Amino acid sequence: MRAPAADIAPALLVLGVALAVLPFVSFSAWVTLTVAGLAMGMMVFIMASGLTLVFGLMDVLNFGHGAFVTVGAYVAMLVLGPLAAWTGADSLVPNLSAVALAALAAMLATGVVGLAFERAIVRPVYGQHLRQILVTLGGAIVVEQLLAVAFGPDPMAVPMPEALRGSVVAGDIAVEKYRLFAVVLGLSVFAAMFLVLDRTRVGLLIRAGVENGPMVEALGYRIRRLFVAVFMAGSALAGLGGLLWGMYREMLTISMGADVLVTVFIVIIIGGMGSVGGCFIGALLTALVANYAGFLAPKLALASNILVMVLVLLWRPAGLYAVAKR
Amino acid sequence: MPEALLELSGVHTHIGKYHILHGVDLAVPPGGMTVLLGRNGAGKTTTLRTIMGLWKASAGRIAFGGREIASLATADIARAGIAYVPETMDVFAGLTVRENLLLGARESPMDPARLEWLVGLFPALEKFWSFPAGKLSGGQKQMVAIARAIVLPRRLLLVDEPTKGLAPAIVQNLLAAFRELKSAGTTILLVEQNLGFVRTLADHVAVMDDGRVVHQGSMRDFAADPALQSRLLGLELEAHA
Repeated sequence: MRAPAADIAPALLVLGVALAVLPFVSFSAWVTLTVAGLAMGMMVFIMASGLTLVFGLMDVLNFGHGAFVTVGAYVAMLVLGPLAAWTGADSLVPNLSAVALAALAAMLATGVVGLAFERAIVRPVYGQHLRQILVTLGGAIVVEQLLAVAFGPDPMAVPMPEALRGSVVAGDIAVEKYRLFAVVLGLSVFAAMFLVLDRTRVGLLIRAGVENGPMVEALGYRIRRLFVAVFMAGSALAGLGGLLWGMYREMLTISMGADVLVTVFIVIIIGGMGSVGGCFIGALLTALVANYAGFLAPKLALASNILVMVLVLLWRPAGLYAVAKR
Repeated sequence: MPEALLELSGVHTHIGKYHILHGVDLAVPPGGMTVLLGRNGAGKTTTLRTIMGLWKASAGRIAFGGREIASLATADIARAGIAYVPETMDVFAGLTVRENLLLGARESPMDPARLEWLVGLFPALEKFWSFPAGKLSGGQKQMVAIARAIVLPRRLLLVDEPTKGLAPAIVQNLLAAFRELKSAGTTILLVEQNLGFVRTLADHVAVMDDGRVVHQGSMRDFAADPALQSRLLGLELEAHA
């Protein structure tokens, strides 16, 4: 007997939204808006994917997740600063090497910060949602203020590598190189996460743990170690997102993680809390709608995320890809 | 009676502020089936979950094969050789039948001979091998839950009300599966309300009331004593056969 077909309705919704806008704008504007939306969506996905897994697996509402975004961006800046010769070079290889080193450092640093955060702040409040919100918010404030002490409260510039500046032009279509870079990186992260979750034993354990952690333990797996590993990986991904977000804005502030946290939560709620695939689709949907709305009806853009969330939850109350949790 | 494989002595369990088990004493002999009977709320499910470490005993001793396990983590209790099939089955709905069994097997790949034996017990497994377990019927989920528990050979199988809400044909299938498991030497501790189901299957019986075991003995003696059944359960086996 054949297995039931996969649910592709949410993915078709994203495609439908993109195509629905086409009659109202020129083709070149549509391509620019769509690539910008995809790039933004990928960045948000990278920042949000760890948070949705942390919630799914550990039932932890981590309002401190934004701090990892900020820490990642600042660590990346520290690495990119001394590599100015590489980022300023007119060649792609040194440019991307500098970004790769910065990304590695950002992910390592935020992974370690995540480990400390889980041990000191999250572990004492497992299973207590209200306390989780309070202490993780408090933890984020502490991290932000430590950054303010170390770097000062003023915004700081972060260099974008030369090769990622400017646009790729084809006819009357212009697409920023950095956005293409963000799309490629986001797709790579999604593909890597999909492969890990779908094709490996650790991924199988994570998917099972998201549904029912105690039953996974009853089968003989020590899930606590998995919790910690996923928390660290989620923090590291937030750090990578911080690097991307910081370079995109070419400016860092100590509140940049907190600023994006509301969008991140909207995305994981839309996607279905605990679902990486849902998070991916949710991020693309919100970012595309925000971009299209910003162009077609700027006043509506302010509320577009909330509107998308309301409409999605009316359609699927547990999110696009609801996780069957016990 | 041979030396018990599992022995609970004076086990107390609190869930939040509620005191559920009030000093459970229970001995499960090796190699047969012990059935745990009792009215709703007597503490049967709590006893299984306490053995499994899903709820921690607040006092008392739980020995498995002579080894104290009350202080162990759930995962270590499972690795000691105890498998658990909860009343709610708890199959992983988003995972396929194959993936559910793969988790039970712990080591990949699964032993083909064991798998063949399982498919012999539950032929439906093969048919729905690539189906998400959440899409299966209640009876099919129960088969997946039991198969997942025994895909590795276990010394003790804890099963909580496996026939609840199932069609008679599926119940017959489960009956055959438990007989096969018993003949393979697996010790089974079963919580069950369907007395007809366990009357011919179980070797030993323990009756719980108000968080305590109030009777232990052979199933044969228990089945032959309507007065005892009536006193302990408020009914007789024959009436529920």
